[in-house]
Amino acid sequence: MANFFQQVVSGLASGGIYSSLALALVLIHRATGVINFAQGEMATFSTYILWTLTANHGWPYWPAVAFTLAVSFAGGVGVHQLVIRPVERGSVLRVVIVTIGLLLMLNGLTTWIWGGSQHTLHSPFPTRTIDVAGVAISIQDVGTIGVSIGIVIVLWLFFQFTKVGLALRAAATNPTEARLVGVRVPWMLGLGWGLAAVLGAISGALAAPSLASLDPSLMQAILIYAFAAAVLGGIDSPAGAVVGGLLLGVGLNLLGVYVDFIGADLRLPAALAVILVVLLLRPSGLFGRTAVKRV
Amino acid sequence: MSALLELENVEARYGPVQALRGVSLEVAEGEIVAVLGANGAGKTTTLRAVSGTVRRSGTIRLAGKRLRGGPEVAARAGVAHVPEGRGTFAELTVTENLRLGAHTRRGPIAADIARVAEWFPWLVERGGQAAGTLSGGEQQMLALARALMSRPRLLMLDEPSLGLAPLIVREIFGIVRELNDRDGLAVLVVEQDARIALDSAQRAYVLEVGEVKVAGSSTELRDNESVRKSYLGY
Repeated sequence: MANFFQQVVSGLASGGIYSSLALALVLIHRATGVINFAQGEMATFSTYILWTLTANHGWPYWPAVAFTLAVSFAGGVGVHQLVIRPVERGSVLRVVIVTIGLLLMLNGLTTWIWGGSQHTLHSPFPTRTIDVAGVAISIQDVGTIGVSIGIVIVLWLFFQFTKVGLALRAAATNPTEARLVGVRVPWMLGLGWGLAAVLGAISGALAAPSLASLDPSLMQAILIYAFAAAVLGGIDSPAGAVVGGLLLGVGLNLLGVYVDFIGADLRLPAALAVILVVLLLRPSGLFGRTAVKRV
Repeated sequence: MSALLELENVEARYGPVQALRGVSLEVAEGEIVAVLGANGAGKTTTLRAVSGTVRRSGTIRLAGKRLRGGPEVAARAGVAHVPEGRGTFAELTVTENLRLGAHTRRGPIAADIARVAEWFPWLVERGGQAAGTLSGGEQQMLALARALMSRPRLLMLDEPSLGLAPLIVREIFGIVRELNDRDGLAVLVVEQDARIALDSAQRAYVLEVGEVKVAGSSTELRDNESVRKSYLGY
């Protein structure tokens, strides 16, 4: 039983990482109406920035994190302004293809700058375990879960209670009316891309220590998990992305441990199966709403 | 009375279709002006030209300053455009719609919410409800309330009567008249229902295929035989 709870906690930690990236996907899907296939590579790039600052330039951890998040934000806004906006008015397919191009380009860029070999990014949390009622829980897992929950709360407060958060929601759901009340829609969409890049960077900074490895393919599998999480929760629902991420993290972890033939190798196909089943049976996901229509 | 809004020779087109062929009109401070005309005469396009929702040429001035650019610029200059079909944010709550109405303003908005609640008390009671679940009349009132949240210099209403029961239409125009009487709010209203529009407006313009055909005070227009026959039906 103790092992079961340990696996649940470690699943929640993985789920937190998926949730953060899934939230980034949802944010962009709401703002721009597409899945940003480059989200994972953007996150990997950010994680490398954090790694190089701490490992090669001797920066202390937290200032390096702050700097990385700021650069990621600017990078996300920049990607929207320079790459996405020129094609935004065209068909959705054009934007999708552009994000796939961006994926390839960023992956190449990461390898070109930092090489393809593996590195280690240290975790801000100690790797010790603590004993809670006979269950050994890793502090790193608890920290990861804590950060993910913190992100959700901060985002929720931002979208519910700030003027800019509300304007961003308005710009995403109804750009024409948003402009009529004075919202500068392109700025808001750029802000959405910046926030998504920040979420991705946090996800990467949590993922690299938890996988104990940083290489240019860091976020590739996690993007699939995040996509599965977002689809499971409902692609337009931030709450759904979080719940989907946590469910998926715990579910895949338990499947991997307790179902022999899945093991560690078949987790990714299991995530793909989740995407397939959800899209077939309930395309709006767990939390997806059918849009309210005016009569 | 000085002119708040001036349109000089404004033209607008949708692709190959020219919707406005040199419209000139004026709204003075504290005045309600109606724009009448048949379907496709360019009434809606006139409002869109002012808010910059459609590409236009010619000169548009608000309080002497030229309006250029898109709707966010017009909104910041003090134009509150309530478009055809209400233009509320269906997925957002009533309160969020009101908060968005005050987007161009700084500072606290509680006093403004209290002020619009005097007109529409139910807005506060049902603040948490999604706007898309309101009835048509309620959505029109919410759209009006949201426009007032920006403390506009000019309120532009596009077909407020569309699809609403006569009683609700009268209520809405009654509120618009009171806002005009009490606070001196300037209003430019486009209306299919010429009778109720002329009852509220001090002056009106009649558009025909993108041009101003007749202009005058509401009394003059009511006495104008061609206007009466074409738009008032008696």
